[in-house]
Amino acid sequence: MSKYLLIESRDSFSSNAAQEHVELAVALKHAGNEVTLYLVQNGVLPCRSGADGEPLHEAIAAGIEVLADDFSLSERGIADRDVARGVQPAAIDAVVERLAASWKVMFL
Amino acid sequence: MPASLTFAIMDAPFENARTVTVFRLVQAALKAGHDVNVFAYEGAVGLSFARQAAHANAVHGRDAAAENHPLPRVWIEQLLGLAGKSGRKLDWVNCGLCVDERGMGEAIEGVRRGTPADLWKMSVESVNSLSVGTR
Repeated sequence: MSKYLLIESRDSFSSNAAQEHVELAVALKHAGNEVTLYLVQNGVLPCRSGADGEPLHEAIAAGIEVLADDFSLSERGIADRDVARGVQPAAIDAVVERLAASWKVMFL
Repeated sequence: MPASLTFAIMDAPFENARTVTVFRLVQAALKAGHDVNVFAYEGAVGLSFARQAAHANAVHGRDAAAENHPLPRVWIEQLLGLAGKSGRKLDWVNCGLCVDERGMGEAIEGVRRGTPADLWKMSVESVNSLSVGTR
C-alpha cells in the first residue's frame, strides 16, 4: 500500500480536470492505497456547503480524507462553519508533513 | 524529524496563485525545521529577478509606497532570511538556460544559477520532491 496526496488547485465548476482528478483519487483508494485530497486555491470552492457537488461526495464516500487549505478558504470568504460535511479545514503544514513522510504527492 | 525537501516551480511572477502556494509551502517547510531546495525554471526564474520594482497606481491616486505592490523577489529574500534565522538551508537555483533566454541574469543575493542536473541532485538527496508545473 502506498500513500498519496493529491493537491487540487482547480474547481469542478470551471475545469473538467477536477472531476478526472477525483476519479484518479478514488481509483487509487479502491486499489488499496491511503489517499488524501488537499484542496487549495480555487480548489476549495466546491467544498462550500450547498455548493458541494458529486465529485466531492464521491471522494468522501470512497473514504478519502478531504482537507481544505485554510488560507484559500479565508481568501474566498468561506468560514469553517460553511465547509461541507466530510471536509476538514487544514493548514498547508499538512502538505509538508506528508512530503516529509515520503508520501507520493502530486500538484494538480 | 528534519528532512530535505525539493520543489520544482515553473510559473512566471505576477501570474498565478500557484506562486503564492509554493512560497507558503517553502515557508511552512522551513518553519517545520526542514531544509528546502527550490529549482526555478522557465518563467519562474523571474521570481528572483533583482530589478522588479514597485509601482504607483495613478488610477487610484496612490504612490508606490501607498500601493505597496508585492514583489516576489522580496518574498524570496524573506524566505532566505527565515532560513538563515532558523539555521536551515534554502538553496534557490535558477535554471541558467531559462535565465539567458529571458535576459534575467540579475538575481537577488542568495539565489544561484544552475542546470537541470542540480534538480536531479537535489531530488536524489531529498526525502521528497514536488513539481508544480504551469498549465
